[in-house]
Amino acid sequence: MSARREDRGTVSGGFGATLKGLATVFRQVFRADVTEEYPRRIQPPPPRSHIGRHRLNRHEDGLEKCIGCELCAFACPADAIWVVGADNDPEHPVSPGERYAKDYQINYLRCIMCGMCVEACPTRALTLTSAYEMSFLTREDAILTKDQLLEPPAPLGTAPGTEEG
Amino acid sequence: MPVERLPGRHDGRATSDVEEEVRRGVLLTTLDRAVSWARKQSMWPVTFGLACCAIEMMATGAGDYDLSRWGMELFRASPRQADLMIVAGRVSQKMAPVLRTVYDQMPEPKWVISMGVCASAGGMFTNYAIVQGVDTIVPVDVYVPGCPPKPEMLMYGILRLHEKVRTRGRVR
Repeated sequence: MSARREDRGTVSGGFGATLKGLATVFRQVFRADVTEEYPRRIQPPPPRSHIGRHRLNRHEDGLEKCIGCELCAFACPADAIWVVGADNDPEHPVSPGERYAKDYQINYLRCIMCGMCVEACPTRALTLTSAYEMSFLTREDAILTKDQLLEPPAPLGTAPGTEEG
Repeated sequence: MPVERLPGRHDGRATSDVEEEVRRGVLLTTLDRAVSWARKQSMWPVTFGLACCAIEMMATGAGDYDLSRWGMELFRASPRQADLMIVAGRVSQKMAPVLRTVYDQMPEPKWVISMGVCASAGGMFTNYAIVQGVDTIVPVDVYVPGCPPKPEMLMYGILRLHEKVRTRGRVR
């Protein structure tokens, strides 16, 4: 509205300002949308982003990298990680070395995804992924166990519920 | 007593399921489904931002992520006009009775999304000042992890809630 002060009261001045405003609105019709249409089109997360859940890695021969040292649990500021270490069976080792993680749980209603556990891990067994599609209907569902963490996360857009859109 | 609606089971696809639906009353089940569909269409959240998660909640409501695609952009200042409460941020012990009052003032049916780890379980604030989980005060339908959650994470939680409302009819 750029009608001059003396024009504001007159019919022509007010009408011109209204037309100008309508033209401004009408021009927006031809502009491209800026909205990220999340469930339909998913913006790929930037490289090296760690905004999703963890993943427990394996060596190329299938052995787990985690040695059950609990350094991640000590580093965690939110106390979200629970590790129980145990001695490896020499006949059928789960991980190279003496120890392995018998139980490994992360509570995703505590985890703040700061990555301090990843920094603390001496064997690079624990890394953060970009699988951010998580929500839980009960509090018990939020605790991911070792089996779930060893699985690679599902690609974005395939989680249940996203087909609703 | 609300009927538990399992997806695929109660769609009336199998013959035995159709017979069961007929016994229960075709008109009422269809009406129930229509009501659930209508309820999920336009949930108005109550303005309940408590901390940093509220910034992400505002970003979700704004033009870039645009909650109005689901008719949810209208954050009501009055709980009497809202049917969804997004608890965004850590709840201190002093805020807990306020939160409960706001929840009680909302009309039925009402739903609660606990956004972020602080609201859901206390997060990294394992101390005396913060309520360790908002579900000790109000019944929570969907927990959204993250510190704070991306707008996509919140939208995913909202989609899960839509699915819950649509498939289960009355939640409580």
